[in-house]
Amino acid sequence: MAGAGGRHRAASRPRQGVGESAPVRRLLIAATLLVLGCVLVLPLVTVFAEALRGGLGAYLASFRDPEALAAIRLTLLVAAIAVPVNVFFGLSASWAIAKFSFPGKRLLITLIDLPYAVSPVVSGLVYIMIYGANGVFGPWLAAHDLQVIFAVPGIVLATIFVTFPFVARELIPLMEEQGTEEEQAAMTLGASGWQTFRRVTLPNVRWALLYGVILCNARAMGEFGAVSVVSGHIRGKTATMPLQVEILYNEYNYVAAFAVASLLAMLALVTLVAKAVVERRAGAAAAQITTTEIETALQPHEAS
Amino acid sequence: MSIEARNITKTFGAFRALNDVSLTVPTGRLMALLGPSGSGKTTLLRIIAGLEQADHGSGQVLFDDADVAVRPVRRRGVGFVFQHYALFRHMTVFDNVAFGLQVRPRRERPDKQEIRARVGDLLRMVQLDTLADRYPGQLSGGQRQRVALARALAVEPQVLLLDEPFGALDAKVRKELRVWLRRLHDELHVTSVFVTHDQDEALEVADRVVVMNEGRIEQEGTPDEVFHHPATEFVMRFLGEVNQFHGRVDAGRVAFADVELDAGDHGRLAGPARVFVRPHEWDVSLAPPSQAAIRAVVKRVQSAGPVARLELLTADGALLNAELPQELLAQLGLGADTEVYVTPRRLRVFAEDRKPPAAGA
Repeated sequence: MAGAGGRHRAASRPRQGVGESAPVRRLLIAATLLVLGCVLVLPLVTVFAEALRGGLGAYLASFRDPEALAAIRLTLLVAAIAVPVNVFFGLSASWAIAKFSFPGKRLLITLIDLPYAVSPVVSGLVYIMIYGANGVFGPWLAAHDLQVIFAVPGIVLATIFVTFPFVARELIPLMEEQGTEEEQAAMTLGASGWQTFRRVTLPNVRWALLYGVILCNARAMGEFGAVSVVSGHIRGKTATMPLQVEILYNEYNYVAAFAVASLLAMLALVTLVAKAVVERRAGAAAAQITTTEIETALQPHEAS
Repeated sequence: MSIEARNITKTFGAFRALNDVSLTVPTGRLMALLGPSGSGKTTLLRIIAGLEQADHGSGQVLFDDADVAVRPVRRRGVGFVFQHYALFRHMTVFDNVAFGLQVRPRRERPDKQEIRARVGDLLRMVQLDTLADRYPGQLSGGQRQRVALARALAVEPQVLLLDEPFGALDAKVRKELRVWLRRLHDELHVTSVFVTHDQDEALEVADRVVVMNEGRIEQEGTPDEVFHHPATEFVMRFLGEVNQFHGRVDAGRVAFADVELDAGDHGRLAGPARVFVRPHEWDVSLAPPSQAAIRAVVKRVQSAGPVARLELLTADGALLNAELPQELLAQLGLGADTEVYVTPRRLRVFAEDRKPPAAGA
């Protein structure tokens, strides 16, 4: 889909008198396709090819394995907790940052970006230092018989940390651009803070929010580094799908490893399609507003 | 409902937007806050609405003599129309107008049919009933502003506040809408305040005009009063074009630009003074008149428009602007390089004891 779009654009440009000569164009397109093929398409195909190497029966049998099922269940559970939590915090943070001014605002924006900047392994280690047996809260947690590290809570925490910026980062620029006038108008019309948020602010950012949720979900299900550090790789208990792939691979169980990997690859494809759909809807909505705004801006000149 | 603002001061950081401003809008009146940008007029409007707070400990806002400090924006019962409309972009015209009714608590909320009927009435009033299903993005600027007005009126506000309501529209639509706003006000009689930097708009639409400059009120009065009897130099300059001279007032006579005239009402001043003459208040003649007159040469005649505009060069090198009826221009047969005598029918004199206020600052 992206390739077709790219070719169409490359072909239409020279007609407008802009661009390179035909041989250069072909060379550049060929190089791009080659790189795309080697880096993206070939590995994706390989995943499915390896998974199906033993036939469809062996492929499906991989999912009847209790450990694989446990890994899928755990991954879904972690995403089901991490994504809503980050939607809530992402919305709150961007609402506060975009609609109000307060001291420390820049610092807060920087902090939200921290998970982007830090290696996931480091963030996993930090959680061990805090919640592990020898960590800050370790003795207290042990005394109350609570296990965070090498257990589900640790995996959830690490995932939340790694996926924290996805929703907020999508919303902040859009909310800042939209300003606060509509919210002020809602208040003068008698709306409470919650009504203003639900009826005005939220619908205005719904596409960006959905986009953020899709990206956040993909990362939550696919995260390896941070989760690997805090999980302890207990089979059937604390192994998420990416960890399960590694465990199976290290045991030379290629068909099973690639079968689980193929699920993650399918998740990626679904994510890309969903992302493209959302982008198109959001783009259409924005384009409609912008066109009319430009038309309105032009009217005075036409009139005078 | 009457509005009163008492001793309002507002600072943004080091900038003093309002400096001890007091204002009263009687019930049912339409008042204009007129001033250049940065004069504090929008800030005052927003403080009345409750969208901004006056500086801590300064001043009060009263609606019908009751302090509204404890009432947040949503409980003040004001209709507010924003300069850039602030329509809800994801809602249809109908839903925009219905919003104020739909967010009411359940026991005060009209039922669906009643909301439908009321919104229908409002849309007919603003002549947009055929566009109820459109989105704001599909409307022209003038249509959007009318939706914004219908939306503000839907909650039956006691007070209607409009922030530069026509500022973003082109000249023709502005003129139509301001006539329409005046008519609407005459029908509804809701106490209204609108902010504008366009003196024509203020003079044409409002019952009373408040001229503001640098966070203070320069003058308050009817459009006639502020236009014909400007209280300060700033008002004189802001409400229309002027020709300005440096002169002196002595014993009831004012001397400027080689002429000496009776200072009239301004005779009680004494000493250096600034003299202002509006372009349409010159008498222009070809022969020297009996009284003192300024001799000048016509540099340019611009006769397109309802009145003819002349650019005159005086003997001491000053440029004057004058306006006269087209008939008179034809009768006098004025053209470039014609020598004329001009004498003010009317002049205003202000003592030159302070720095000239910067109009437009």
